[in-house]
Formats: sequence, structure tokens, C-alpha cells
Amino acid sequence: MDGAAVEARPGEMLIAACERSGTYIPRFCYHSRMSPVGMCRMCLVEVDTGRGFGLQPSCMVPVSEGMKVSTDSEASKKAQDGVLEFLLINHPLDCPVCDKGGECPLQDQTMAYGPGETRFVEEKRHFPKPIAISETVFLDRERCILCDRCTRFADEVAGDALIHFMGRGNHTEVNTFTDEPFASYFSGNTVQICPVGALTAAPYRFKARPWDLTETLSTAWVDSLGSRVAVQASRNRVLRVLGADADAVNWGWLSDKERFGFEALNSAERLSAPMLRDAVDGDNREFRQAGWGEALEAVAGALRATSPERVAVLGGARLTNEAQYMWAKLAKGVVGTDNVDAQLGDGLDPHLVLGLPRATIEDACRPGGTVLLVGPDPKEELPTLYLRLRHAIVNDGVKLVEVTPHATGLSHLAEHSLRPSPGTTARLVAELVDAATGSGPSGDDSEIEAAARSLREAGEGVVVVLGRMSLAEPADVGDAAARELSRLPSARFLPALRRGNLMGALEAGLAPGLVPGRMQLEDVGDGASLAESWPRLPDSLGLDATSVLRAAARGDIDVLVLLGSDPLNDFVDRDLAYRGLRGAACVVAVDLFVNDSASLAAGVVLAAAGPTECDGTFTNVEGRVSIMSRKVTPPGTARADWMIAADLCERLEPGSTSGLDSPQAIRAELAQISQAHAPITEDALTQNPMEGVLLAGTGATGEAGGWRRSGRPTMGRSPVGRTEPATGPAGREDPLEELPEDGFLLITTRTMYDDGMMLRHCPSSRGLAPAATARINPADTDRIDIDVSTAVRVVSDFGHIEATLATDSGVPAGSLRVDWLAPGAPANALIAAATDVTVVSVEAR
Amino acid sequence: MTLSPANEALAAEIIGWFPRPRSALIPLLHLAQAQDGYLTDEAMRRVGELVGATPAEVKGTAGFYEMFRFEPVGTYLVNVCTNISCLLWGGEELLEHACESLDVEVGGTTDDGMFTVEEAECVAACTEAPCLQVNYRYRGRVSPADFDRLIEDLRAGRTSIAGHGVLAQVRQSIPADRLAGVVPPEQAREAPVWLARNEAGASG
Ligand code: SF4
Ligand code: FES
Ligand code: FES
Repeated sequence: MDGAAVEARPGEMLIAACERSGTYIPRFCYHSRMSPVGMCRMCLVEVDTGRGFGLQPSCMVPVSEGMKVSTDSEASKKAQDGVLEFLLINHPLDCPVCDKGGECPLQDQTMAYGPGETRFVEEKRHFPKPIAISETVFLDRERCILCDRCTRFADEVAGDALIHFMGRGNHTEVNTFTDEPFASYFSGNTVQICPVGALTAAPYRFKARPWDLTETLSTAWVDSLGSRVAVQASRNRVLRVLGADADAVNWGWLSDKERFGFEALNSAERLSAPMLRDAVDGDNREFRQAGWGEALEAVAGALRATSPERVAVLGGARLTNEAQYMWAKLAKGVVGTDNVDAQLGDGLDPHLVLGLPRATIEDACRPGGTVLLVGPDPKEELPTLYLRLRHAIVNDGVKLVEVTPHATGLSHLAEHSLRPSPGTTARLVAELVDAATGSGPSGDDSEIEAAARSLREAGEGVVVVLGRMSLAEPADVGDAAARELSRLPSARFLPALRRGNLMGALEAGLAPGLVPGRMQLEDVGDGASLAESWPRLPDSLGLDATSVLRAAARGDIDVLVLLGSDPLNDFVDRDLAYRGLRGAACVVAVDLFVNDSASLAAGVVLAAAGPTECDGTFTNVEGRVSIMSRKVTPPGTARADWMIAADLCERLEPGSTSGLDSPQAIRAELAQISQAHAPITEDALTQNPMEGVLLAGTGATGEAGGWRRSGRPTMGRSPVGRTEPATGPAGREDPLEELPEDGFLLITTRTMYDDGMMLRHCPSSRGLAPAATARINPADTDRIDIDVSTAVRVVSDFGHIEATLATDSGVPAGSLRVDWLAPGAPANALIAAATDVTVVSVEAR
Repeated sequence: MTLSPANEALAAEIIGWFPRPRSALIPLLHLAQAQDGYLTDEAMRRVGELVGATPAEVKGTAGFYEMFRFEPVGTYLVNVCTNISCLLWGGEELLEHACESLDVEVGGTTDDGMFTVEEAECVAACTEAPCLQVNYRYRGRVSPADFDRLIEDLRAGRTSIAGHGVLAQVRQSIPADRLAGVVPPEQAREAPVWLARNEAGASG
């Protein structure tokens, strides 16, 4: 290259090899995460492979032994100059009013490689500027240089080919089909990769100039995948979030929820100070603003006035690892209650999540591997994982076998899709594993056998993406399934947890029976370092979310802390959540907004800082710990969650947090008391800020630990009111056989956009939550006398919701599917906690 | 309009000719255009469903080809060539005359929906300049007077020219033993029957 010898990898494209060795070749269409197309010709360089030098697009030419390349010869420079002049022929040069100005590859490369003057005096082509191609994304076709990045992304990466080149020659333009918007969960990525200002997204349009932005590397917080992001702000306001390219995680891509979710943090309705009210109904039920001293003393007073087992904490997935640890310390180590649960009856057994052998995203996507998905639709719940899996399946020969309650975004790519109807999941998984391990009947032609054959062929190292399936099935279906699945030889698990930093919460001990570092409460010995930093430990094993709410409904909980949780909308049983919230004597909400639960029942609301407003770390589903950075200050006097916990600790037990005055100090204490957290040192975090620190996958409850040993965690002391498992689902009759004539088995899973609190406060995503729809299999339409597309009421023994009837062949016959939290139609109104199956009927409205 | 029942059946047959459904996209678009005179949104959606492409992909592909129309055109689509040879032989004047006599702009359609006049690039009949096409059927060395006569004949029904959408003859009749193989290449386990037969013939 330019006279020097350069080593390259076999098959590597010339443009990439040159870049690695320090020579940047200008480009527009080439993108290292997508296939090369050679659209723009900007990367022309002179190449000699033995027949003399000639111009070649370096993004399309793989390197070869002895190839000679001249990147800066007269011919190369003239070619690049010419291409730029050509690209600018129809470009409007409206840089002064263009959002891309200042960070525009077209602008930059024209300055560096292009002509200073144009010779084009004719009329440029004109289009109406800009057109909305989706709710959020705008397209200015005059600026477009037809590089095919956005269209390639839509087709190749997202699998949503909803934008396409239309027309030919100088009439070519990017557009959507008539009335069919670019409604992709990933549309924002096209804005990020467009090399000109042709694509812009509503949240950032005309908000700032790039040179006014400052940026920090952080971690996305809306789901548990922990995509790496760059948070950009100007004048103490976050204005944009971009995907950072972490090879191990998100490859630079983000879902629109991760990208635009920051809008909620800028909402005028954010809590900016603590609030108190004396009554939740009757007189004095309006919140009034209070000082921190008064509010915290109110909470401390309530905690002092009661006994530990009458205190409970629900939630915590929003918090950083450090804040989670402080809240675990406050609840378990200072107050002394074990009634702590970061999940709301909608997740997996924490012992299971911590104990199963772990897989990384990379393991799941290893070329030629096999992934068994037993859980929810990754496209809806972990959209960036969906992108990685989709890439692995389409490009790297990864095989997918899915056991899901209904068709998913990956079903059309799956080798086998098994759809157990509600109540039969665990049995089906057991049969599948029997067949795959040769311990059951085999040789027949059933779908299970075909799927089992794929698993057998995969041999060792199947990666199981394991999550909670339908939320209308009890949580222990997941436990039972996992127990069966761990019989697969060397299977490893990637837990498909739903909410934010849930893995961090479990690692920090925000679950009944656990303390930080995957340790069982009962195993903590007197000499353990935990005993030194924690004033006390709970005397008895605590309650999970379901039991907490039951106890609260009975009047047995005096202080209920909602740590960023909204049981009314997120707990699986709306009625129980309601009764629990009303039954608890004092409800304390620690949150960014007054959510529905707090508005119903909270007496104290503590204003917390958001994810871009405090420093800390995040643990994703793989156990990867990465930095979250403070970019802006919280509104008003809102405080970081760890500070709130630390203050309460001090009020209850002076000296219990001495020295814990920063996230770093908290990390240090955590690393000291927890083996599992020991690798998280400041050095390790700064050494690889992009990929973070991957925690080892097994701990005290790990492979040799509690879960594996006994099937279920064995608790020495008698569990107080622990939710008893429902009758072993594996042993049940098929509920389909007992189904009343007009009855359906309810399936409910989450969608990416719903009526959750954060999304309600995102102007650009608010309208995207799909309207409530009751989906049944087309074969079932005869069973009811109601036309498709009519308004119906879905009724269970426990409640009803209103929806529109639709058919969907992805729903198994006999089942009815509704989304978890459609606006105005919360599915948890239909469900009672711990029932095996929920039978619903449909009535015309 | 979406595809008629007869065309649905034909579409299914056409898809069967190809190893992959997507390969049938262009023939199906011809079918849809033959049915409606242009590509309606409904028809493009349906074709997309049939071959497994999004409507945007269908429209994007169709849009590459000038002869696919997205708006209704007249019964007779008149393309007047104004490229170099025709230009030298009066193509411009012919186009002007066509527009004037039919009272339309270039690209416009007469009020009765009979004629649409368009300007065409070289249609590779330079020896017959100036030339035009009516529904892609050639007329060479056309004078303004010839043009008027042609229009009169068409109006009066003395001359008939097939509809513009039916240009592509997508109907085929291929005996099974002459099919080129309709198995996707990666799944093909044996040589197509015709190849086997030819080889058998050669050796026999
Ligand atoms: S809109 Fe942007 S990304 Fe898409 S083709 Fe045009 S220049 Fe490329
Ligand atoms: S970057 Fe090589 S052709 Fe566009
Ligand atoms: S120039 Fe008119 S046909 Fe060639």
C-alpha cells in the first residue's frame, strides 16, 4: 500500500485493510457491519494485481497476496474528486439549515478530497422537503446521495424492507410504498448511518449543532441487553443517543426504544423534588412538595416504627449496580427484611438465572451453532439481541429451534417452531429434551422429533435463550422448563430478562433469599466479609413479589417501597396489585414520575435521578458490566438512588455507610464482599470501556450450587408465605381438553411499545403502542359467532378488557393472545397470580 | 384491483416455473398490468404476498422499468421517439403535432381516455426514423398526416392494437419433461430431467 508492505486478513476488503494499517479511504456506502455494494464509487483507488494499475472500488475488492495499491496517486485523487463533483450535482448544498452540517461525511469528504467549485450550472432535481417516512423519521430526497445504506440496513439488518429505491437513473429516490410507513423497530439506525442529512429523526431535528454537543459513552437502560450508547447533550439537556459499536453486544445498532427513550427523561412531568401526602383518599390526598429532610425522615420514621418482616421492597431494575447494592444493604443489612424482589412475578426464578451455566451473545451467535429459544419474542423484548440472532441465522448458518407461545419475529427463520398451548409448555419441553437426549421415544415423524433431531445434531453447546413465555402462565413453568433443558449436554443459557438492569439487581441480591454475589442468605457465615460491612442480616427468608402483595393486602405490610416499580401495570395480577397497594400502611415510591401505582397509594414519593444523570455500572443478561455515565444533572433536587438509600441507612444506623460517598466507593465495597463482583475493578472498567467486564457465569448458587443440586433452592429456614408452586405443570392434563366450548386459553406477552410509564412520556413513541387486539387462530373463528375486526370484550373469571378481534395463524388453536399492556387494556386485569391457565371468553360489545 | 380469480390461478402456475417464488416477480407484474392497464397498489401488495417481498420491494423493482405504469394510461400509449436519428427526420415536429392534434401535453392522456402521448428515447428503429410506438408496436417513417390517419383508424376501430399491458407473453406451456428444474439450486440433488434426457440421447 503506497509502497509499504501491509498485512491483511484473508478475504478482507481493501478499504478495511487500508484503514487498519492507518490509511483512511473516503467512502459513503461502505459500512463495516453490512455487505459491500459499491454504490457510491467514492473509495476508488488504483490497484495493481499484476496487470497494471487501474481504478477499483476498494470496498468491493478483497485483498490478495502481492496486490499493489496506490491510495494517493494522481489518478486516485482525480477519481475521488470527480466522484464528489458528481455526487454534488444534485445535492442542494443547504448545509446551513441541515442537521448533519458539522458531522456530515459528504461535507467533510468534500473538504478533504473534493473540488472547491462546481461546474454544474443546470437546475438540480427537486423534491418536497422533507417527507415523513414514519412517525419519527424524515427523508429529504434532495440531499440523498443514493448510497443504499438505509435501504440495505432495512433489508439486511432489520429484516424490514419497507424502504427501497424507487425509479431509475436520475429519477431514483428512496421511498416507502404508498401508505406503508417505515414502521420498523429499528428505523433510527438509518438516521445514524446516513452519510448526509437526508434522514433525520424528530427528537433531534433542529435541536443542536454537532459542535455544541458533548458526548459520553454509556449503556442503554430500557432493556436488559445493555447496548452501548453515546449520550450526547448540550446545555445540560440530553438531545441524542447514538449506538456505539461494541462488538460483543450491539454492533452499533439500537432499537428505537433504546435510541429515543431518553425523551422521557426530558419530560416536564419528571419529579424534581420529593412529595408527600397525608392520605391517599379522602381529605389531604393531594401531593405536596417537601424537602428531602422531611421526606426521608418520614420514611425513616415509618421504618423505625415497624418490624423488619413488615417491610418490603419491590423493583430495582432501573437502578445502577451501585444503587442496587445500596438498596440491598438498606433493606437486608440495615432494616433487616428479606422481603425484597426486583421482579414482579413476571420473570424467572432468580436462583435459576444466577445458577444456570451462562452463555454470552457471542456464544449464541457463533457460526454454525444452534440456538434454542424458550421464551418470549426477542424482537419485542430484546430487540438488539433479535438483530444479532437474525444476523447469525441469516449469515452464519446458526440454526434456531423455538418453543414460544406464539409466532415470533424470528419464526420465519426458525428450523422448527413448537407452539405449546398454555399449560403444556413444561411437558412439551420435557418431551423435546427426552427426544434430544435419546431418553424418550423417538423415531416418529412428529415436529418434536424433528426439532430434537436438530438439537442432537448440534451436539454439545446448544445455547438456550430462556425467558418467561406467556405471562398468563405461572413463573414456575420457566423453572420446570429450565430444569429439563439443563439435561441437554453442555447447554448454556442466555436469560431473556425483560427489564433494564435486572441482572444487576439479582447479582446485588435484590431477591428473596439472596445477598450480593449470588450467595444464599442462609449460607452467609459469621466470619464473611458481608457480616463486617452489614450491621445485620434478615432473620428469616422473605417473600417474593406475589407474597408481598398478598401480605400487604392482608394488612401485614407497613412499609412498601416501590423502587421504580409500578405493580399495577407490571405485576401479573392487577387485582392483587391493587389490593396490596391499598392494604400497605405506607407506600414509598422512588421514581422518575408519579406512576399509576404511586398515584393510587403512595404517601411519599422520592424523586430519583435518571440513567443519564448518575454514574454507575450496568450488568446485562450475559453478566457484562459496563459503565453508565452521568451526562446531565437531574431535575430540581432529584437524587441518585444510591444517595437516597445511603441517607436512609445513616438515619437508621449511623455509620453504616461511612466512606460510601461515591459509586466507586460502593463498587469497591461490593467487590470486597462479593466474589462474583471482584473482577469489577476501576482498572478493568477503564481498560475496555466499550465491552466492559464479563463476570464469570457461576457463583455460589451456580453449577455446583443450590439450584443444580436440588432442583429448587433449598432454604434452611422455613419460607414465610413463599408462593407455593402451582401443581407441577408437567403432570397436568392438557387444559385444551377441558376447555369450555366458547373458551380460549389466554396468552399474553410484551410488545416493544406499550402503555408503560416511560413510553407515555416519550413524545415520539407515545402513539406507537398498538391498540388492544385479541388474536385467535383462524381455525377458531367458527367457535364464536363474532366477526373479525369487531370490538369485543375479553372476559376471564377475574376481569375483562376491551379489544378488537383479529385472526393470527401464529397463535395456536384454542388460545387467545392479547398484548401485555396495550393502552387502556392491561392484560393483568384478566389474570390471577399463580393460576395455571387463564380461560377467557369473547363477547361482542 | 387485486388479482382476479383467473389471474390468481395463472400466478400460481407462473410461480411454479421458477426455483424461487421471488423470481416470478416481474412476470406477475406483467400479469397485473395486463389486467388493470397499470400497476395498482392492491395488485402490487398481492404480488408481494405471493412471492414473499414487501410492497416497497415490489414497487422499487417495478419502478426500475419504464414500461411498468403506476398511473392509469390511455387505451393506446403513443411513444414518439425524439432521439438523434428521429430528431433529424422530424421527430420533434411529430411529437408537437401529436400533442396539438390530440390536445394533450407530453405525458398527458386525452379526455376520452383513448390516447396517452409520451416522448421516447431511441427505440432502436433508427433506420425507420421518425418513428413511434403504439402500445410498443412500431410505426416507422411517420409523417404528421400518417399520424392523423393512424389516430382516425384507431378511433374508428379500423385498426386494432393489443392493449399495452399484454406485451409480455407470460403464458407458457411446457411439458413436464422439458422443465429446466424448479428446485432451488441449493436443494437440487439431481440434474434436471431435460439434461438427463439429452445425455441419454447423446450416449444412446
Ligand atoms: S437516505 Fe441517506 S442512507 Fe439512504 S440512500 Fe440516501 S444518502 Fe444513503
Ligand atoms: S464506499 Fe466503495 S463504492 Fe461506496
Ligand atoms: S433515434 Fe429514434 S429510433 Fe433510434
